[in-house]
Amino acid sequence: MSTPVVYMDNNATTKVAPEVLAEMMPYFSELYGNPSSMHTFGGQVGKKLANARQQIASLIGASTDELLFTSCGTESDSTAILSALQSFPERRHIVTTRVEHPAVKNLCEHLDKLTGHKHRVTQLPVDREGRLDLKQYEESLAEDTAIVSVMWANNETGVLFPVEEMARIAKSRGILFHTDAVQAVGKVPIDLSGSAIDFLSISGHKLHAPKGIGVLYVRRGTPFVPFLIGGHQEKGRRGGTENVAAIIALGKACELAASRMEEENTRVKALRDKLENGLLTAIPHAMLNGHKEERLPNTTNISFEYVEGEAILLHLDQFGICASSGSACTSGSLEPSHVLRAMGVPFTAAHGSVRLSLSVYNTEAEADYVLEKLPPIIEKLRAMSPFWQSAHKGSVGGASCKCQCS
Amino acid sequence: MWEYTDKVRDHFMNPRNVGEVENADGVGEVGSLACGDALKLSFKLDTDGRIADAKFKTFGCASAIASSSALTEMIKGLTLDEAARISNEDIAEYLGGLPKEKMHCSVMGREALEAAIANHRGTPLPMAQGEVVCECFGVTDLEVRRAIQESNLKSVEEITNFTKAGGGCGKCHERLEAILREVHQDLQKIIPDHRPARLTNIQKIKMIEEVLDREIRPALRKDGGDIELVDVDGDFVVVSLRGACGTCKKSQTTLKEYVEKKLREQVLESLIVEEAKS
Ligand SMILES: Cc1ncc(COP(=O)(O)O)c(C=O)c1O
Repeated sequence: MSTPVVYMDNNATTKVAPEVLAEMMPYFSELYGNPSSMHTFGGQVGKKLANARQQIASLIGASTDELLFTSCGTESDSTAILSALQSFPERRHIVTTRVEHPAVKNLCEHLDKLTGHKHRVTQLPVDREGRLDLKQYEESLAEDTAIVSVMWANNETGVLFPVEEMARIAKSRGILFHTDAVQAVGKVPIDLSGSAIDFLSISGHKLHAPKGIGVLYVRRGTPFVPFLIGGHQEKGRRGGTENVAAIIALGKACELAASRMEEENTRVKALRDKLENGLLTAIPHAMLNGHKEERLPNTTNISFEYVEGEAILLHLDQFGICASSGSACTSGSLEPSHVLRAMGVPFTAAHGSVRLSLSVYNTEAEADYVLEKLPPIIEKLRAMSPFWQSAHKGSVGGASCKCQCS
Repeated sequence: MWEYTDKVRDHFMNPRNVGEVENADGVGEVGSLACGDALKLSFKLDTDGRIADAKFKTFGCASAIASSSALTEMIKGLTLDEAARISNEDIAEYLGGLPKEKMHCSVMGREALEAAIANHRGTPLPMAQGEVVCECFGVTDLEVRRAIQESNLKSVEEITNFTKAGGGCGKCHERLEAILREVHQDLQKIIPDHRPARLTNIQKIKMIEEVLDREIRPALRKDGGDIELVDVDGDFVVVSLRGACGTCKKSQTTLKEYVEKKLREQVLESLIVEEAKS
């Protein structure tokens, strides 16, 4: 690979920060002790873990005893939802949204098989800009609702949900509230100290810690049933010897995130806006997916009509630019992203969606580079598209559609 | 990320014959924006009736663009009869292979060619005559049948990879299975499986008792033995062997290889038979 990589796919995963890597390295080599051991050699690792726990708790305004370490964001999501169902076995209703990550969506859709009980799952719809209707949310809560699971920030569009307010509403009805905050933690300020949120999921690899480390926040006093049963780790709430190096890395990553929160919401946001406005201006028939304001500072999701996302990504790839798409072809399925479909983005635009997600490591020069390379790619693909010119002549192009998908 | 061959990458990055032939002798359009890929193919014949020029316009992913580009290269110089014999497998082969999930891109190329030839000849589109089986992607039974035959498809998943049929809501999966069986002329009659997927405890106990009465007990009694159902706990069936069986050294074998086998066949695949501890 000679072309330098311009990485704008930070909602997929992030680079481990050099400071984070340095912090974790000794725990793979010299300091390999088990934190549960009685000897000083293991004990010093335990101390370091306690420190990491503190760093993570500080970033989200939690207490250290409210955190459980898990193997990933997906495990955190599963643990929270299954715990609530076991805590209230007589309650068989779940409220969630149509735009959740598969970690929540697929779990909720397959609960019947998993638990052997029948469940009702309400998947709240979103509007054209990806927002929920709070009135509809309130009406969906029932006597037998066990848990509400609503993501803090959407991974595809960056749209933020008012989870604090939604959690208060759930609490007033005696219902547990979980939020998948995997995309929000480290990007927007979070303070759980005065919040009604019961469970919150974190994944390390989205905030410059390594892959394979997650956290579940469980508010003090929330009923909890463990997912992994084994040793006494995490006070019996999650068995398994701690992933020591990764936890220490996540602690450092959280400390870094706290110190860079300001930059994320000023410089990175400005960079994102520059990129977004530049693309929307340079390229006709392009549109933003997701609400312009109620959104993560690092994410933009744009649809380019009449072209297909995978083709765009492969062209970008030639220039070393990493992005992602909600098109059918990139997902391995034949239908475009469930998030864009839930928002009512027409299929014609959903197939041509591109997500650029930045981080503090992106520079102005990189944004300029993308602004230089992307418009000609769209132009080239459109010149090849049977719909482009016919659309511009005002007639409908291509064969008439036999399908019902539009 | 998809594993594309160098040839696919080349035809995608540097597509040959993009555009529309002027005063075309045949034009074929397949697919739609909504479905995620579409192809418009046009060709011009020379005085000998051979394809002198062919051009395409494609909306779709890398393999759709590469398949279209390859197709235009392949058909140049052929008569229409020769061109009509090009199958989707030929297109995929020309490109050094396509990921299996992307085979439908080569099928689209072939169908555009057929549409263009039909357009030239003024004949109706052969594949469109069928009955639509997959409403999400508008695929007819004729398209599905042909793909099964030509590419020797063995499962619904493969049908989806080749034709897209069944890749949306999934409602047509049963119909696709039926077509698959028809095409393979599965004359071997399939014995319908009457075992329900999930049994309540009472159902389970009743069915076990039935099988014991109908088959197992009579067989054991012939050898002077007998069997009694003691308990059913989840998948565990606890029984007690009586008479000659109770003292027989081979009672374990009887339990596992005869009783358990029979119950699994006729009641539930997951059952485990154990002898009651006395
Ligand atoms: C919103 C959201 N939830 C959950 C996950 C899953 O996290 P992990 O990969 O750590 O299991 C992701 C990551 O893709 C995500 O974006």
